Amino acid sequence: MNPDPLIEIDHVTFGYDSSRTILQDVNLRFARGKVTAILGGSGCGKTTLLRLIGGVFAASSGRVVFDGAVVDVRNQAQVYKLRRRLGMLFQFGALFTDLTVFDNVAFPLREMTDLPEPLIHDIVLMKLNAVGLRGAAQLRIAEVSGGMARRIALARAIALDPELIMYDEPFAGLDLISMGVAAKLIRSLNDITGATSLVVSHDVPQCMAISDHVVLMAPLGRIVAQGTPAELMASTDPEVRQFVRGEPDGPVKFHYPAPSMAVDFGLTAAP
Amino acid sequence: MNWLQALGARTLAVMQGWGHAALFFIGLMGVLPQSLRRFNLVIVQIYAIGNRSLVIILASGLAVGSVLALQMYYALVTYGAAESVGLVVNLSLVRELGPVVTALLFAGRAGTSLTAEIGLMKAGEQLAAMELMAIDPRARVLAPRFIGGVVAMPLLAVLFSAVGILGAWLVAVGLIGIDAGNFWSIQQNKVDIWRDVGNGVVKSAVFGVVCTFVALYQGYETQATPEGVAYATTRTVVVSSLAVLALDFILTALMFSTP
Repeated sequence: MNPDPLIEIDHVTFGYDSSRTILQDVNLRFARGKVTAILGGSGCGKTTLLRLIGGVFAASSGRVVFDGAVVDVRNQAQVYKLRRRLGMLFQFGALFTDLTVFDNVAFPLREMTDLPEPLIHDIVLMKLNAVGLRGAAQLRIAEVSGGMARRIALARAIALDPELIMYDEPFAGLDLISMGVAAKLIRSLNDITGATSLVVSHDVPQCMAISDHVVLMAPLGRIVAQGTPAELMASTDPEVRQFVRGEPDGPVKFHYPAPSMAVDFGLTAAP
Repeated sequence: MNWLQALGARTLAVMQGWGHAALFFIGLMGVLPQSLRRFNLVIVQIYAIGNRSLVIILASGLAVGSVLALQMYYALVTYGAAESVGLVVNLSLVRELGPVVTALLFAGRAGTSLTAEIGLMKAGEQLAAMELMAIDPRARVLAPRFIGGVVAMPLLAVLFSAVGILGAWLVAVGLIGIDAGNFWSIQQNKVDIWRDVGNGVVKSAVFGVVCTFVALYQGYETQATPEGVAYATTRTVVVSSLAVLALDFILTALMFSTP
């Protein structure tokens, strides 16, 4: 891996409350300027990891390092400074429903900069053009499809030209064409802007197609494997093979842990 | 000893809730100056919270004033004091009913709307998106709504009382036939602008702080699910109403303890 990572996850443990651990002693490094995909089943802590990087939550133990500085959630000024350097695409876009498409993309520019309105106008149209939606600038959010909403959110996420773009399930709920468009956009935006991209998803084909590096995560943030897409596709590890081939049963069980059927139907006593 | 443990745990949870709300309030006060610097956001909220509550406030004010005049007339005429009906209605409205009924209506109309709006913004991750843009949602979303609510409430209460007095005039002068000059002059003589009207406005400003804060707090702290938002809107009405009734008693005792 890159010896000078943009983000370092160093022995991070985290739980939303003391009774439920989401990430257990996770160690990861994300290379600068690359597209890294974090793959894993639902509930394994992928989105939580992104929120730890964004300083939304504090790790119970361990540290998150962004460009050499430890993210300290208690230091709001530092966290806000960090957040000005990142953009995030939420799973369902998280667009402001009371604003138009144009105003959604202009939102971070108006809130975070003192740029004059004519310049904001031009930047917004350029960003919307980059995602193919310049013509939709005056539509209301209620008038756009799910795929368009994701692209508008992407335009908003890159409005301030961030160094790090985090994508939370960018392909979820999209049709095949929209999915292909989103994947192509993630790759091309990364190449054009030179940003670092983290893509959290469970869509194996799209992630394998656009990523430089892939991390396969299991519950509690356990890293099953990581490497280039080709390395993971060629892996003989049964857990990796099960995930990348989408097999319903294997090392990761289809059934949630339960007593035997005989016990549940009252045919035998519980041991 | 289980009941004792349960009581202790419940007490601690209630104290923790109060503490959390108090810290939230202090945090909200801290970001108010940022909001005041962008007053256009506040104006939008005064319109949304105030103007859009006008119909229900004016209709209720008219109904309350009219009915109050009718009932007061039946009582006062027995003692030959029917001419005082305007004064009694006026004092009832500006001191008590105007601020209290407006606050209760405000909690039901604007409060629930604020809670649902903030709750759905939270459920749709709009607040989280703002946080990750390094924009404090308390300053951008909550503070303008808070100021809007605090400004709108006294204005609505004044309008409620004014329309209520007009309703009383319609009934007393138009329907019953009390002399219009008597109806107005007794009010001019006996109603004090500072003691009666002023204290009523102060009351409604306090209710504005309470009702708007409760609505925003419930929305911001809601569980981001349909059930969570429904529960939060219900709590807004219940908590605001109880707080208004309790505070009204305390404020009345403080303001009007001497005749």
